[in-house]
Amino acid sequence: MINQLSWKVGGQQGEGIESTGEIFCIALNRLGYYLYGYRHFSSRIKGGHTNNKIRVSTKETRAISDDLDILVAFDQETIDVNYHEMHDGSIIIADAKFKPVKPDDTEASLYVVPFTEIATDLGTSLMKNMVAIGATCAILGMEISVFSEVVEEIFGRKGEEIVKKNMDAIAAGYDYMKDELGEQLGAMKLEEADGQKRLFMIGNDAIALGAIAGGCRFMAAYPITPASEIMEYLIKKLPVLGGTVIQTEDEIAAATMAIGANYGGVRALTASAGPGLSLKMEAIGLAGITETPIVIVDTQRGGPSTGLPTKQEQSDLMAMIYGTHGEIPKIVMAPSTVEEAFYDTAEAFNLAEEYQCPVIVLSDLQLSLGKQTVQPLDYSKVEIRRGKLVDYDIPDTEGHAYFKRYEVTADGVSPRVIPGMKNGVHHVTGVEHDETGKPSESPLNRKAQMDKRMRKIENIRFNTPVYKNVPHAESDLLIVGFNSTRGAIEEAIERLEADGIKVNHAQIRLIHPFPTDEVLPLVQTAKKVVVIENNATGQLANILKMNVGHVNKISSILKYDGNPFLPHEIHTQCKELF
Amino acid sequence: MATFKDFRNNVKPNWCPGCGDFSVQAAIQRAAANVGLEPDNLAVISGIGCSGRISGYIKSYGFHGIHGRSLPIAQGVKMANRDLTVIASGGDGDGFAIGMGHTIHAIRRNIDITYIVMDNQIYGLTKGQTSPRSATGFKTKSTPEGSIEQAVSPMELALSAGATFVAQSFSTDLKDLTAIIEAGLNHKGFSFINVFSPCVTYNKINTYDWFKEHLTKLNTIEGYDSSNKELAMQTLMQHDSLVTGIIYQDTSRPSYQELVPGYAEEPLTKADLTLDQAHFDKLVAEFM
Repeated sequence: MINQLSWKVGGQQGEGIESTGEIFCIALNRLGYYLYGYRHFSSRIKGGHTNNKIRVSTKETRAISDDLDILVAFDQETIDVNYHEMHDGSIIIADAKFKPVKPDDTEASLYVVPFTEIATDLGTSLMKNMVAIGATCAILGMEISVFSEVVEEIFGRKGEEIVKKNMDAIAAGYDYMKDELGEQLGAMKLEEADGQKRLFMIGNDAIALGAIAGGCRFMAAYPITPASEIMEYLIKKLPVLGGTVIQTEDEIAAATMAIGANYGGVRALTASAGPGLSLKMEAIGLAGITETPIVIVDTQRGGPSTGLPTKQEQSDLMAMIYGTHGEIPKIVMAPSTVEEAFYDTAEAFNLAEEYQCPVIVLSDLQLSLGKQTVQPLDYSKVEIRRGKLVDYDIPDTEGHAYFKRYEVTADGVSPRVIPGMKNGVHHVTGVEHDETGKPSESPLNRKAQMDKRMRKIENIRFNTPVYKNVPHAESDLLIVGFNSTRGAIEEAIERLEADGIKVNHAQIRLIHPFPTDEVLPLVQTAKKVVVIENNATGQLANILKMNVGHVNKISSILKYDGNPFLPHEIHTQCKELF
Repeated sequence: MATFKDFRNNVKPNWCPGCGDFSVQAAIQRAAANVGLEPDNLAVISGIGCSGRISGYIKSYGFHGIHGRSLPIAQGVKMANRDLTVIASGGDGDGFAIGMGHTIHAIRRNIDITYIVMDNQIYGLTKGQTSPRSATGFKTKSTPEGSIEQAVSPMELALSAGATFVAQSFSTDLKDLTAIIEAGLNHKGFSFINVFSPCVTYNKINTYDWFKEHLTKLNTIEGYDSSNKELAMQTLMQHDSLVTGIIYQDTSRPSYQELVPGYAEEPLTKADLTLDQAHFDKLVAEFM
C-alpha cells in the first residue's frame, strides 16, 4: 500500500489529454484524495507534446512530485520526453497504435495496451482516454465503479448509450490491463482516503470566485494566457448578479474601463499577465493619483515580451511594485495557495476601497492553472468594507462649492463620493490637484497631496501578511518564497529537517508595502536566509535586503527555465549551503 | 430645473482667447440644461490636450483621465451607473491618434454615451505638431516640409464601424451645436459628434473663415435623409466630409446596455455586494 502516487498522461495537444486527467482527478478527489496537477503545454491548439502530471496523495500536497510512477503515453514522444522521471518499479502504459519503444536506460516496465483499437471496437477512437483510465485503475487495484458518477455527469446529456459506452471502455481497459499485469494487479494500491468533500479547482477559479464573494460585479479584460479563465468564469456567473464582463479592444481599455467603473461606484476588476500589465502601467498611475480603487490580477508567466507564455515564472515582482512612472500608493499581494487566492482576492476589493488605491493580486502560472484539491472555502470569513465611501446625505453648501474629494486628512484617506450623489460634485484628474480636484502646480499643495497619498498605506491592515511555519526560535535556515513555490518548499523542508537542519519558512503574502516587522525577527534569528524564486535576478531577495538588511546572510535559489521548482531541487541546493 | 448657469463653475479655462472650445463648453452646458439634467447626474469624462481640460470647466462630475482613454473610462462609468448621463470628450489627437482604437470599438459597442470631439486638426497643447486630421501638405513643427500622410475621415470611419449616431458641427454655430448635442444626449446608444473647433494659435489654414467658406449644412441639401446610411456615406464623400448636421442616426438598434444578458435594470452601484449562503454554496458545488 502506498500513500501517494504520481501519474502522468501525455500525447499531442488536441487529443483529449486534458479531459483524461480531468476525469481521473475528479473521481479521486471525491474519494477524498488530495490531487495536485500541473499541465505542460505550448502556445498552440493542435499538435505539440502536452502532458498533465498529477500527484495523488492521502495528505495535503501542493507540489509537483520529483518522480513519476505511472506514465500513460499516447505517442512515443511522451515516453522519450518523460521517462527520465521514472524509477525502478514505475510503469509505462502505452497505446499499441504507435508501436511504443522502451528506452534502454530505464528501469520502468512498459505495458503495451491497444487503447485506440479497443476504443474503436467499442464505437469510437475518442474513447481511448477512457481505456487508459481503466488500465490505470488496474494498476491501482481500484474498482472502476469510482468513475461511473463522473462519467454520468460528463456524458449524461449525450444520452445513456454514450455513458454506457464510456464505462464499457473503462472496463475494457481494466480487463486488458488486468491480464497483462497478472500478479502485478494492484501493484500500486493506494491507502484508502478519508472520503472528505473538498474542491478541485485551479487558482484562477478561486480568484474569480473570490472576486464574486468580494462584491465584484463588473470586469473589463482582454484575453491572455494564463489569466483568461478569470474572465471566462465571471462572464458565466456575473449576469445572475446583474453584473457583466466586457471583453475590451485592448489591455489599456480593460484597465481604464475598470477604473471608470470603480470611479462610477461598482467594484470592478481587470486581470492579465505580464504583457498586459506592461500596457496597463499608465492607467495604474492614473488610479494612484486619482485615488480610484481598482483590483488588478497579474498571473505571471515567462517574460519578457511574449517570453514563455505557457510557462512558470515569477519575474513581474519589481514591475508590479514599482511599475508606472512617478510615485503612487499601491498594494501588492501574493497568495501562496488556491485557498489564499480566494480569500485574498475578496479582501483586495476591501483594501482598494479602504485605501483608495490600486491593489494588485499577484499570481503565477503554476498557482493560476495548477488544478488541485482545495479545502472548503468559508464564505462567512469574507467581509465587505467600503472605507470612507460617503453613505450620508451631503449638505448643500453656499454657492454649491465642489466637494473636497481630496481633503487632506490624518490618515491620508479622504471621503469618497461617487458620481450621481447629490451635492457631491467634484473634479477628478490625473494632473496634480487641490482638495476639490482642481489642477494645481503650487509646491505647497503638491507636497500636501503627495504626502497624503503616500501616507495612506503606511499602516495598512492586512490579516496575514506572511504565511509562517516557524517551529524554531533559532533556525539554521530561513526559507523565503512567494506564490506557488510554497508546496515545493514545504516538502523540501521536511527533508532538510530529517537531515537535522532547523528550518523556518516564510511565504510572503503581502509584497508591498513589505511586512518588515513580521519578517525581520525571522531573519535575525536565522543563521542563513535563502530566497526561492522563479526568476533570474532574485527580485524578492533584493526586496528583502532592501527592507530588512542582513545583506550578507541572504542568498538565492533561482530557477528560470520555465518549469516550477521540484522539492528535491530545493532540498539539494539548500543542503549545499551547509 | 437646472439652467445652463448651474453647469458653470468658477474655473477660468486656460484656452487661448478665440479658441473654438469655448463654444463647445457653452453648448454642452446649454444642452445639459435643455434635456433636463442636474449637475449631480452628469459625468463629463475627458482626455488630454487643450480640449481635455473641459471636464474641469463644467459644473458636473468630471474625470480628466489619460491621453486617448476618455472613451474606455466613460464606458466604465456608464456600465457602473446606467442612470448617469455620460459625456466623453477630447481632441482629434486624443480620439483619432492615440485613442483611435477605442473610438472605433466604442462606436461598434454602442454603449449609451455621447462622445464630443473638438477637432482643430493640430496638436495645440504641445505647441503645434501634425494631427491625423491635418491635411496632406499641412506644415507643422513636426512636418516642416508638409504632412505626407493622408488625413483620417472620422465620419466615414464611424459609419463603416456601425455607428448609430453620427453628427458634425462647427463651434461658431452655438445654436446648431447645442441642438446636435441635445440630440446626441437623447439618442439611445453611442452618439458621436465631431466639432470643428479652430485653433487660433497654431492652425493658420483651417480658420473660422476657412470653415465658413467650405462647410455645407446638411439641412440645405435637398432630400437629405439622415436615416439613409448609403446617402450619408455618399454625401460625406461628395463634400470631403465638410458637412454639418446629423449625418446618420439609427434609432432601431438597441444600445449595448439593453443587450447585455442579465444586466441589472438598477445601476450596478446599487447592487448587493453580498451573496446568499445558498448562492455561494451552489457556486462552490460546481467544483466538487
